[in-house]
Amino acid sequence: MSATHLKLHTAPEVPLETEVINPTVFANLSQSGIENLNVMHGNDKCHLGDFFKVTGKGASEIHIEGDLSGVKLIGAGMSEGKISVEGDVGMHLGVGMSGGEIIVNGNAGDWVGPEMSGGRIIIKKNAGHMIGSAYRGQSTGITGGEIFIHGNAKNEVGSAMRRGLIVVGGNAGDFTGVNMLAGTIIVLGELGIRTGAGMKRGSIVSLQDAPMLPSFDYSCTYHPLFLRLYFSRLRANGFKRKIQDQHITGKYKRYSGDGIELNRGEVLLFAG
Amino acid sequence: MSSELKIVNGRVYDPANNIDGKIQDIFIRDGKIVDSVSSSATKIDAHGMVVMPGAVDIHCHIAGAKVNLARKLQPEDHRLDVHPKTAHTRSGTGGVVPSTFATGYRYATMGYTTAMEAAVPPITARHTLEELDDTPVIDKGFYVLLGNNAFLLKLLKEGRKKEFKEAIAWWIDSVHAYTLKLVNVGADELWKGRKNANITNVNDNIDHYNITPTHVIESFIEAAHELGLPHPPHVHCNNLGHSGNISTTLDTMKAAQGRRVHMAHIQFHSFGGEVNKDAVSGVRSIIDYVNENENITTDVGQVMFGKATAMTADAPLAWMLRNVKMNKWINADTECESGCGIIPFTYQDHIYTHALQWAMGLELFLHSKDPWRVLLSTDHPNGGSFMSYPTLIKLLMDSAYRKEALSYVNQKAIDQTSLRELDREYTLSEIAIITRAGPARALGLKNKGHLGVGADADITIYTEEDDKEAMFNAPRYVIKDGVTVIKNHEFATDHKGKLLHTKPGYNADISQEIEPFFEDYYSVKFNNYAISEDYLHDHEVIPTHPKA
Repeated sequence: MSATHLKLHTAPEVPLETEVINPTVFANLSQSGIENLNVMHGNDKCHLGDFFKVTGKGASEIHIEGDLSGVKLIGAGMSEGKISVEGDVGMHLGVGMSGGEIIVNGNAGDWVGPEMSGGRIIIKKNAGHMIGSAYRGQSTGITGGEIFIHGNAKNEVGSAMRRGLIVVGGNAGDFTGVNMLAGTIIVLGELGIRTGAGMKRGSIVSLQDAPMLPSFDYSCTYHPLFLRLYFSRLRANGFKRKIQDQHITGKYKRYSGDGIELNRGEVLLFAG
Repeated sequence: MSSELKIVNGRVYDPANNIDGKIQDIFIRDGKIVDSVSSSATKIDAHGMVVMPGAVDIHCHIAGAKVNLARKLQPEDHRLDVHPKTAHTRSGTGGVVPSTFATGYRYATMGYTTAMEAAVPPITARHTLEELDDTPVIDKGFYVLLGNNAFLLKLLKEGRKKEFKEAIAWWIDSVHAYTLKLVNVGADELWKGRKNANITNVNDNIDHYNITPTHVIESFIEAAHELGLPHPPHVHCNNLGHSGNISTTLDTMKAAQGRRVHMAHIQFHSFGGEVNKDAVSGVRSIIDYVNENENITTDVGQVMFGKATAMTADAPLAWMLRNVKMNKWINADTECESGCGIIPFTYQDHIYTHALQWAMGLELFLHSKDPWRVLLSTDHPNGGSFMSYPTLIKLLMDSAYRKEALSYVNQKAIDQTSLRELDREYTLSEIAIITRAGPARALGLKNKGHLGVGADADITIYTEEDDKEAMFNAPRYVIKDGVTVIKNHEFATDHKGKLLHTKPGYNADISQEIEPFFEDYYSVKFNNYAISEDYLHDHEVIPTHPKA
C-alpha cells in the first residue's frame, strides 16, 4: 500500500510542534526531504528526522506509530489525504483542517480539531478538553466537518461551533456546546453540568438524562425523526454497540435555550 | 566621537522650509540636521528617492491601561498576526491593537518617528509611561484627560478660575503629559451618576455642577492659553457619532473664541441630519468653519474598512456602540477622573453608516483649504489601524483609484456626499504637510516635521513609485535621531525614542487644595500619585510660553 510511515524513535522531552505532518506538505518530498522538515522542539528548531524514522512512500496516507502524547499540531491545516496514528496524540490535532481524515487508535489530548471547516477526525479512545472548539477570543468554532470520539471527552465540547457534527461515544464533561451557534453534538453517554450554556441555535443530543440550566425551558417529549438518520449512520461508523433500537424509535425530552440568548437551540435527552 | 551622515541626490519634500521636490543633500551630525559634515561622513545615495521628515501622528491610542485592556480583550487578533523577532528587533503580536514593541516597529516601517497617545487618565499615567518606554524607535508623548475631572469641575462650579489653572498645570506636571485632552466633557460624570445618561446639548448644565460643557471647554482653552502649552487642548466633542452632532461641534469650536484649539477626529463629529434618524454628511458646514478660522487645527479620524477597536474615555458612547454590535465589550470607571469603553468593531463597506463615515473623512480632506490644519489620522485604532495610512494616502493622491473604491461601497451613502464630484489629488508636498510638517507645527514641536538646520534627524526615504500605497507602505530608509534604523527596507538596528512632555509652572500652594480632595475620594494616597521625574527614562521637556 502506498503510504509514508513515521515511527517515533526519540520521545520529545518537551512538546514537539509538527504542523508539517500533513499530506499536502509531504507530497513530492523524498524520504530525506521529509526527514529534513522543520519542527519546533520547545524553542529549538529541529528536523522531523530527529524524532521520527521515515519509511515508505506516497503522500496520500501518512501512518504514524509511537507514543505521540507530547506531539502537537499533527495534521494542522490539512485539506486532503489521510493520517492514521497508532498510539496517543498530543494537543491541537487537526487544527483548522478543511478536508481529509485523521484516525487515532489511542487517546487524544486537548483541542482536537479546533476551528476545522471540513474533513473527519476519529479518536478510538478518549479525548481531552475543547474538542471541536473555538480558540479563546474567537466567536466562531468549527464551521464544518465531523469529529467522532469513541471514548470520553472532557469540558467544552464544540464550544462556539457553527456547523458540523461532533459525536462522543462515552461521557462528556461540563459546558458541552457552550456558546454554540449551530450544528449538532451527540453524546451517547452522560453530559456534565451547564450543557449548552449561551447557545444560540443547534442541537445537543444525549442518550442519558442530564441536569439542565434554569435558562432552558422544557418544551415537550416527542420522537425526533431526524435522529433516525443520524443514528443509523453512526451505527455504521462504529457506534453500533452504544445505540440500541429503542434509542432510534424512542422519545426524547426537548429543552429549548439558552434563554439568555436567542432561545433557538435545543437539548434532546432520551426519555425511553 | 561624533557620528555623521549625509543623504545625497534625494528629492526633498520639506514644506516647513518651502522645499518642494528639490534635489538637495541633507547633512546630519549627532542626531541633528546641520549645514555640512566632514568628508568621512557615511553616505546614503538617495538618487530616485523621495526624502521627507519622519512622520508625526498627532492622535492615536498606543499605550496605557485602556490599550492594554483592548489587547487582552482580543486574543484572536494576536494569534493571527504574530510579529516575529529579527536579528535587531524584538517580537510581539500585531492585529489592530499591537503589543508595545510591535507598535513601535510597525510605526517605524510606516515612516513614523513620533506618535502621540491621545487619552490617558492621570491615574493610569504611570502604566502609560512604562508602555511608552517599551515602544521602540519612535518619540512619544501623551495627552492627559482632564475634561471630566471631578476636582476641576468643582473649582469651575465655585468660579475659582485661578486655582483651576494652577491645578491643570499641577496635573500635567505631575503625570508628565504633553497637553490636556477633553473628552465628552461632563458626560462621564453624568454617566456615572445616572443610568444611561449622556449630554445632548453642550449648553445644558452638567447635573449638580450647574455649569455647561461649553463653559468648561472655554475655561480649559483659556487656561491652556495662559499656561502657554505648545499644543492647545485636544478636544473630543460631545455627542460623538450621533446624527446631527454638527451643531455641538460648531458650538465647541466657537467656545474657543479665537484661541487655539485642536479638534480631534472631526469626522466622527460631522454628522448632519436629525437626532436618532439616519445620519447624513454634515461635512461642509464643519470644514467651512475650520477653513475660515485659523485658530483651529484638526485631525480627520478617517474610517478605514476592516477591523478596528473603539477605544475611548467616552463611556456613554461605548454603551451606544455596544448596543449596535452586542459583542464583547468593556466599560469602566476611572475614579474621579474619567470613564472608559472598549469594543472590537469592524467597518464594512456595504453598511450605510460605515460607508458614510469613510466618505465623510475623504470629503474633509478634499474640501480642506489649509493642509497645515487638517491632519491625517485614523484615530488609531478607532477608525482603523495606523497600518492603513498608506491606503489612505493613495485614496487622497490618486483620484482614479478613489473613484474605483467609491464604486464598491454602499451607494446610498455616497449619494449623501459630494465625493463623486471631487477630483482633487493631494501632492507629495501636501502629504508631507498632513503627515509631518502640519502635525509637528500643531504640536508646537519645533525640531520635528522639517529638515532645516537644528531639526531632529528624523528622516524617511521612499523609493518613488506611481503606486503611492506601495511607496508609503515601505520606506527604503528610516533615520531616527541620526541612526539608520531601517536600511534597504530592513531593520538595521534597534532604537529607543524618548518621551516628550511639558512642564508648565504652577504655584506650589495648589497641592494643599488638592490633597484633602484626594484623601476623601481617591483610592491612591496623594503622595503616591504624582510621578517623580527620576522615574522617567529618556525624555525631553518641550518649553511652555506662559502669558504674563
